[in-house]
Amino acid sequence: MALRRGRGVAAINYPTGMNLGGDPTQALVHSTPTGNFMVTLSSVDLGQGMKQIMAQICAETIGVPTDRVVIDTADTDTGPHCMGTFASRGTHRAGNAVIQAAKEARQVMLEVAAEELEVNASDLETDGQGNIQVKGAPQKSISIFDVALSAHFKRGRSISGRGMFLIPRSYPEKETGAMKPSTCYAHACTVAEVEVDDETGEVTVLNVKNVFEIGRALNPKMVEQQLVGGSWMGISHALYETTEPYYPNRDHGGTDFNQYLMPGPGDLAKTEIIVLERPSADGPFGAKGPGEMCANPQIPAVANAVFDAVGVRIDTLPITPERILRALKAQAAG
Amino acid sequence: MELRKDYFADVRNDGLHEIGQPRPRLDSPGHVTGKTAYFADRNFPGMLHLKMVRSPHHHARIRSIDTSEAERHPGVVRVLTAKDVPHNVYTILILIQVGPEDETVLADGKVRWKGEAVVAVLAETERAAQEAAAKVKVDYEVLPAVFDMEEALKPGTPLVNEYHGQNYYLYDSGECRKVRFGDVEAGFAGADHILEQSYQSSPIEHAPTETTGCVVVPESNDRFTCYTNTQAMFFTLDNSSIILQMPGSKLHFVGGTVGGGFGGKVDVIVEPIAILGAKLTGRPVSFVYSREEEMQISSPRAAEKIVIKDGVMKDGRIVARKVTGYTDAGAYSRHSPYGAQKGAAHYPGPYTIPNVWIDTYCVYTNRTPSSAMRGFGVTIGDFALEVQMDKLARLIGMDPLEFRFINAYRDGDMKAHRQPTEGAALIECMQEASRAADWPVAEKYMAMSSYKKGA
Repeated sequence: MALRRGRGVAAINYPTGMNLGGDPTQALVHSTPTGNFMVTLSSVDLGQGMKQIMAQICAETIGVPTDRVVIDTADTDTGPHCMGTFASRGTHRAGNAVIQAAKEARQVMLEVAAEELEVNASDLETDGQGNIQVKGAPQKSISIFDVALSAHFKRGRSISGRGMFLIPRSYPEKETGAMKPSTCYAHACTVAEVEVDDETGEVTVLNVKNVFEIGRALNPKMVEQQLVGGSWMGISHALYETTEPYYPNRDHGGTDFNQYLMPGPGDLAKTEIIVLERPSADGPFGAKGPGEMCANPQIPAVANAVFDAVGVRIDTLPITPERILRALKAQAAG
Repeated sequence: MELRKDYFADVRNDGLHEIGQPRPRLDSPGHVTGKTAYFADRNFPGMLHLKMVRSPHHHARIRSIDTSEAERHPGVVRVLTAKDVPHNVYTILILIQVGPEDETVLADGKVRWKGEAVVAVLAETERAAQEAAAKVKVDYEVLPAVFDMEEALKPGTPLVNEYHGQNYYLYDSGECRKVRFGDVEAGFAGADHILEQSYQSSPIEHAPTETTGCVVVPESNDRFTCYTNTQAMFFTLDNSSIILQMPGSKLHFVGGTVGGGFGGKVDVIVEPIAILGAKLTGRPVSFVYSREEEMQISSPRAAEKIVIKDGVMKDGRIVARKVTGYTDAGAYSRHSPYGAQKGAAHYPGPYTIPNVWIDTYCVYTNRTPSSAMRGFGVTIGDFALEVQMDKLARLIGMDPLEFRFINAYRDGDMKAHRQPTEGAALIECMQEASRAADWPVAEKYMAMSSYKKGA
């Protein structure tokens, strides 16, 4: 009887957005009288940080600092339609809609600035700090604060824009399945190392090294929180979770966090995250959707590591100590 | 976390002001100090609480329902049954033309899973609603139940859901979604080894911090405001509009601050019945799942069974792959026909294989309806595919990581669903994993690239 170590690898990809497309999202952007920007959406922030990312996308597109942008979302009386926050689609779909709306607003903003500075709008650029300046002659500039005041009270212009993003729906061909499921895919490769107690069947995940390719890390800290959380969820899925452990007998289904098994803080593996960025052709600043993908590769990597450790295959999830012990007994019986 | 900027640096503009910056989240202080307001933090004078009477049987005919004793229970204001729901038979994906309508808001004549909603009780307090719910008498005639997908698909097995007419979802392609690419039998015939294996999974729970729920307020202008933690505002509003036969203009949904979704809050379960309760009583209504309901009643991830048959050459090339996937929808569709179809689009995984045959089935059983969950249609498929890859590598005596390099898709490779691969990065992820995990592979694999040759 011994603690046996093993490691396993898995490599995966994952589509961004609803399968087969047809999932629109809209956005509206407008400036306040003093040059702050409101983004109006009906997208839902599930806790992953949707509002923060939309603010950064709008700020980058308009050319202002992120703290000049306010997100007003998820009120159906004010926000234009969004299909919803699921299918790894939020950043990709809503982000593209925000970019389109912000570009339209930016154009009006530059036109008003051009009138104030008596130059052509095409000769202007933003400095990212809240000012508009003449390309090559930054001393000739005007603040966005003043441009917004001028637009509102002097020139009668609405600095605003409308954005819409839709991947047209694809319909699978009946006989061959020819279809276009998605326009971009995120990628991952995970190596997991485990220790299996061949007397109790218990698995300890020692470390998990995840490499994720996500198009573009729009906010690296937020990427990290999502990818680390996903990696933990993958381990939980592999080794712990089931709502019906002895189905069809329903008597042992967990009804609270005491009964429904998940890893506690002490059970979590040392987790390493490495991010690669190959910008997608149609993502906002190249971003893909890693929200679902990041919880997948740990499951087969752990399963393969268990085999590497003790030489039995558990092909039914979750990989419980009971299943491992039964497999070891069957193996010993030859 | 480490950003490896050396990969794909030639196709990326890193000189941006706001994008790529680790700006602190403006909502974080509220979340970590408990000050963020969620839907359930709203409390309105005269608010009623809704509790559900649920089926104790997997499959049963309802002979009769007697609510008289429950209605007399102190604090009870209204008891709702199927006849109170204007459009009681619905399905949520009808909004994207995926029918038929196959599920009841409140059971009508029959229950098809253990836990199905039968009667809704509205009372002044949660306790009164719970006590009254226990006094509703439902007379059931228990029917034989179908617990297993393979059994469900056999002829002569009891029908789970009459709205489908058979125990599987009927796609336009027939009993399953199909992908056919190359000649899979010829591929097997020419292979050095064949490996066929079966994989299975159990349902799991989304386990959000905040359980599913909503609070509905009847407004003085004849509209209803629904404070909800749905993941999809208009999807839920529009489905509620259909179920209640109420113009969408009467409905105002407010949400967007949610304590975890993971796919568990896109089923449109709590909102329609709560709005109906508010309409019929003229009072605010709160319907919030208990933790037990969240874990045992709300849709879990589907149980799946996946059979993979591969033909592989001694040199490591996979020459044929046949996948048959079964998704256990439980008693009703919800999002499962979509999930099973997503699986068909995902196989054979991120590998270039010349001969592929895919069938994915969405099967009905008397199990708790499954639905959307983080990665559904793909997560269990990836478990099966990547364990299968490990087995194949060992079968031909090859390093599992090197075996994946040989088969990895690259830009321009034709996928089984007949789309050319674009933006691939599997090879680079594996190269970086090789370095990070100190899992050496031959230099020729470290020299590979996802880029299209000559591009």
